[in-house]
Amino acid sequence: MSVHIEFNNVTVRYGQDIALDDIDLEIKEKEVFSIVGPANSGKTTFLKCINRTIDLITGTKVDGKILVSGEDVNEMNNVYALRRRIGMVFPLPVGLPMSIYDNVAYGPRRQGISGKAELDEIVERCLKQSVLWDEVKDRLQMLGTKLSGGQQQRLTLARALSLDPEILCLDEFSIAIDPVTTMKIEEVLSGLKDEMTIILVTNLTQQARRMADHIAFFNASELVEWGETEKLFENPDKEITGRYLNGEFG
Amino acid sequence: MIRKSQAKLGAFLDKAEKPIQWLITLCGWSSIIFVAAIFIFILKESWPAPLTLNWGEFFFSHRWIPVPAEGNEPTYGAMGIMYGTLAITVVSMFIAVPLGLGSAVYISEFATPKLKETLKVLIEFLAAIPSIIWGFIGLVIMGPIIQKVFGVAVGVNLLNASIVVGLMAVPLIVSISEDALRAVPDSYREASLALGASKWEMIYRVLFPAAKNGLLAACMLGVGRAVGETMAVWMASGGTDNIPENFFDPMLLLERVKALTATIAGEMPEAVNGGEHYQVLFIVGIVLLTISVVINVVSDLIIKGFKADKA
Repeated sequence: MSVHIEFNNVTVRYGQDIALDDIDLEIKEKEVFSIVGPANSGKTTFLKCINRTIDLITGTKVDGKILVSGEDVNEMNNVYALRRRIGMVFPLPVGLPMSIYDNVAYGPRRQGISGKAELDEIVERCLKQSVLWDEVKDRLQMLGTKLSGGQQQRLTLARALSLDPEILCLDEFSIAIDPVTTMKIEEVLSGLKDEMTIILVTNLTQQARRMADHIAFFNASELVEWGETEKLFENPDKEITGRYLNGEFG
Repeated sequence: MIRKSQAKLGAFLDKAEKPIQWLITLCGWSSIIFVAAIFIFILKESWPAPLTLNWGEFFFSHRWIPVPAEGNEPTYGAMGIMYGTLAITVVSMFIAVPLGLGSAVYISEFATPKLKETLKVLIEFLAAIPSIIWGFIGLVIMGPIIQKVFGVAVGVNLLNASIVVGLMAVPLIVSISEDALRAVPDSYREASLALGASKWEMIYRVLFPAAKNGLLAACMLGVGRAVGETMAVWMASGGTDNIPENFFDPMLLLERVKALTATIAGEMPEAVNGGEHYQVLFIVGIVLLTISVVINVVSDLIIKGFKADKA
């Protein structure tokens, strides 16, 4: 499998504070890559670098190279096109203040798709992929914000899938939802693995173990180590990695 | 361990719960009492004119001649001044709403933090300018400009008053809509932009719908301001109560108009206390009050309608 995303000596500063310190790693195509680490270790910043939503935070400085399919994201002129290639799911569910249908159709419409049949098809496919379809198919015109938390999180996932992304980033998607929904989404992700690269930021080390091909362990803005999932769990190079993954600190 | 004094305070607060509740209830009801009292007061001052007034003439004639020439009966046709108030309100909102919403969007979404603070202070300053100063600007600055640009003899007219009132309403609309936009969670912005939407699409498709109640309230307050403004309107509108033949003629902007508020303010000092003219001016006050109440109720209904939307 070829390399999909590459971080070359990436350092991110928020004003004086260092959020990511000299990160170097590779993510292969169509794998599940998990990022674990305690709070404030730079996991979310890592994701924001990939789709350049980090540009929206004033006072940020990104050094080093971030390559997506060999192309430097910070050299790209059309940041909107880049963002459309990358689906993003946030820690807290974000139902946008519009109907369920419009929530999912938002991205495709921005991309210029306007045919009703085509949009209908996208909405249905994405809601099915995110196992929300059966619960909402009769009330697609209801406000997305009126769904329950777990449903909204699946709506967020459906929206992230609506642009047929080549990369899907999930930032601690399960912290605000129940275990059953979490398992459902994990199953969905396993199914999507053949179609896209999945980056899973998580606080649940067992989730990472279940899902990921590779794991990177971040601590205090630094990449402590990264490698194959089982190796990191069973035989890590650094002692601290083993202690974190086995739940002895964090 | 709880000290004695603390225990005492606790016991006191337990006992005080009921009276405090009463006090708060009273505060809540006071606004209703005030509104009712104002209405009753105005009605009382206008009495007995509501019984004797020719209401058909009041609403459908523009012959407002409270002090006629010798030998004639006074007439109180208020249609012209009602038209004046409505015209100023509508035209001024065409100026104030786009300008106000535009600056609110700029301040909340585009300005750097430093610029944001500066602009907010300036806008508050704009809101603090007394209305007599605005009237003055209309009279001595806007007036001559309008005379020159449009080649008309008199520069105080509907356009002048609307620009002045519109600018007066802008700070109100800006500060309330900026609050409403700021209240939209950042997660909405991020989610929208992460889908590859441009900033403008994000503002139009996500922020406006999310903040619509606040934005609407801001515009309604602007309308209220325009309806109720007195001094600046008086100075900048020209004071003639004509009824146009065609309401959509753009030349109407250059006609002089007279507003309900300015009529009351201008004629009250000349009206004989307790006389018919005096009483009719209070009826004009009731009309004004009714318009404000209707605006409030309508905006309430619109907001409720939005809330019920797609529920």
